[in-house]
Amino acid sequence: MFRLNLMLLGALVLCALSLVTSRHQARKLFVELERETTRTRAFETEFGQLQLEQSTWAMPVRVEKIARENLKMQIPGPRRIEVVPGEAPK
Amino acid sequence: MTGGSAALKRAAPAPALPRFRAPIVFGILLLLFLVLVGRSLYLQWIDNAFLQGQGSSRYSREIELPAHRGRIVDRAGEPLAISTPVKSIWAFPGQVDATPEKLAQLARVLETTPKALAKKLEDGNDFVFLAKQVPPEVAERVAALKIKGVHDQNEYRRFYPVGEMASHIVGFTGDHDVGQEGIELTQQEWLGGKPGSRRVLINRRGEVVEDVESIRAPQPGRDLALSIDARLQYLAFRELKSAVEANRAKAGGLVILDAQTGEILALANWPTYNPNARNRVAREKMRNRALTDVFEPGSTLKPFTIAAALESGAVRPDTVIQTAPGSLTIGPNTIHDAHPSGALTVEQVIQKSSNVGAAKIALSLPPSTMWQMLSDTGFGAAPNTGFPGEVAGRLRPAKTWKPIEQATMAYGHGISVNLVQLARAYTVFASEGQLKPATLFKAGSSVAGRPVLKAETALAVRHMLELAVQPGGTAPKAQVPSYRVAGKTGTAHKLEGRGYTNKYVSSFVGFAPASAPRLIVAVMIDEPSAGAHYGGEVAAPVFSTVMGSALRTLGTPPDAPGDNVILPDSAAAIREET
Repeated sequence: MFRLNLMLLGALVLCALSLVTSRHQARKLFVELERETTRTRAFETEFGQLQLEQSTWAMPVRVEKIARENLKMQIPGPRRIEVVPGEAPK
Repeated sequence: MTGGSAALKRAAPAPALPRFRAPIVFGILLLLFLVLVGRSLYLQWIDNAFLQGQGSSRYSREIELPAHRGRIVDRAGEPLAISTPVKSIWAFPGQVDATPEKLAQLARVLETTPKALAKKLEDGNDFVFLAKQVPPEVAERVAALKIKGVHDQNEYRRFYPVGEMASHIVGFTGDHDVGQEGIELTQQEWLGGKPGSRRVLINRRGEVVEDVESIRAPQPGRDLALSIDARLQYLAFRELKSAVEANRAKAGGLVILDAQTGEILALANWPTYNPNARNRVAREKMRNRALTDVFEPGSTLKPFTIAAALESGAVRPDTVIQTAPGSLTIGPNTIHDAHPSGALTVEQVIQKSSNVGAAKIALSLPPSTMWQMLSDTGFGAAPNTGFPGEVAGRLRPAKTWKPIEQATMAYGHGISVNLVQLARAYTVFASEGQLKPATLFKAGSSVAGRPVLKAETALAVRHMLELAVQPGGTAPKAQVPSYRVAGKTGTAHKLEGRGYTNKYVSSFVGFAPASAPRLIVAVMIDEPSAGAHYGGEVAAPVFSTVMGSALRTLGTPPDAPGDNVILPDSAAAIREET
């Protein structure tokens, strides 16, 4: 009887310790998860800002201005456009 | 024994305690103890709200989970409206405790003057915003100053990358990210996010250590794809703006429709406004004229009169109509042609835009036939594009028509339309007789239209519209190199008060390539005042530029390669009025 109790006590202590460690583990993982979630949100924010920046740089007005002023490009007049009849690709 | 009794005697002077005293003390102590137990039981089981609240406030927090507003993108995914997080800096002026240097530093960070800042802080004890919607970096620098009583809060700010070019369609949001105009307003339900919250446990250092419950899951707004093509929108806007300025016009509108699906690929208005900085914008400029304003279309309506006549069998394309002497008297009223001609075929009536011819054809039809055609092609009913406040225009019931009204309606007077309605009605000629629904939202590949005309009628009118842009027609300037174009001009006198004035609305509606229509472009210039006012001179060149660039942008194969454009001298072009 006494030996059985001793064994049960040992098992109890083991269970209690494993509970403590797993609990601790869970908290640590949770903190990590929390940190990653925050990072996700920050990345989402950054993504939005980058999208905004990209579309600002790619504004047709800006592209046209650079093409006209820096690269000295112009839209060809009707007489300078030659249409090459398309051929079906082989 | 005596010694023992003496000892007893010496001890005896200690007074004997009353027998009941100990039990009384014991009883009192027990009673006090019971009171304590009772109180603690009371606090534990009955009146536990206060202490539980106190306890949880030390380790449990409710965290707001932000939900951002959905983006509005064009058909290719280019952003037209996008929300990014910003912060607003606020303070309770009474609680602000800072040295003048600190305040000067704060003013510098917020890009204001110390004086302006001090004035804001003087406003008594009320809550005051020191800066609204600043970038997160600025807020961090403010937080780094560690001024007591100055706080920040998270907000979202809406940015519109294309700015004034698409502001009439997209609209804008107000302070709390709620739509106020345009698509932002009508699609609030779809775009708007609902912030959520959850309860968590925090440790001594303020880190979240455990999720307790999710009170409300955040619902981020959904993205919305419009039918707009940002490249075409830019084109439309640029050309419209330069045309309005060159003609010193009051206003203008330009719509590009997909001829196959009826989707609105571009919709530009002038005047416009910048939705990113709209503090002092007149309401006038915010109106989406192409959908919320009506005008009398003039000759751009003639093809529908002709279509009704062809459909009912009253005329054939080569039926000859006598338009001499260039005027037609109905009761007390007389209709004029700007350039009188003699006998014209039905085709030539469209090509040369003869009012008398169109009126004679219209009068050969019962009013109900003509009304049915106009109603079937979407006039007199809101186009249902999904835009708030679009108007239906006016198409009076056929029973009330007098002959003169039926005659003027043949060339687009006595009826009012908006520009999108007009462009959409032309889908029947571009799609072999089907009226396509005009929409601002991205549609699937094929859209079922409503059959309105027989295919042969639609093709016959399309041929007439091709003649109108060729030399001998009213709008040779609408030609586009390498493409076959079909279209119709309109030059309408404006109705003001009780009569017609010498102010005009010049318009052009057309589509290309005529062999397999891809795009419909409708241009409207309101009150051109730089000399020219004919649709063929004011609106047709805009159509030509926009259509040519748009077809090239979309990579539409040319259906008339080679130099097909023959521009006659401007004096030789046939002019029309209405």
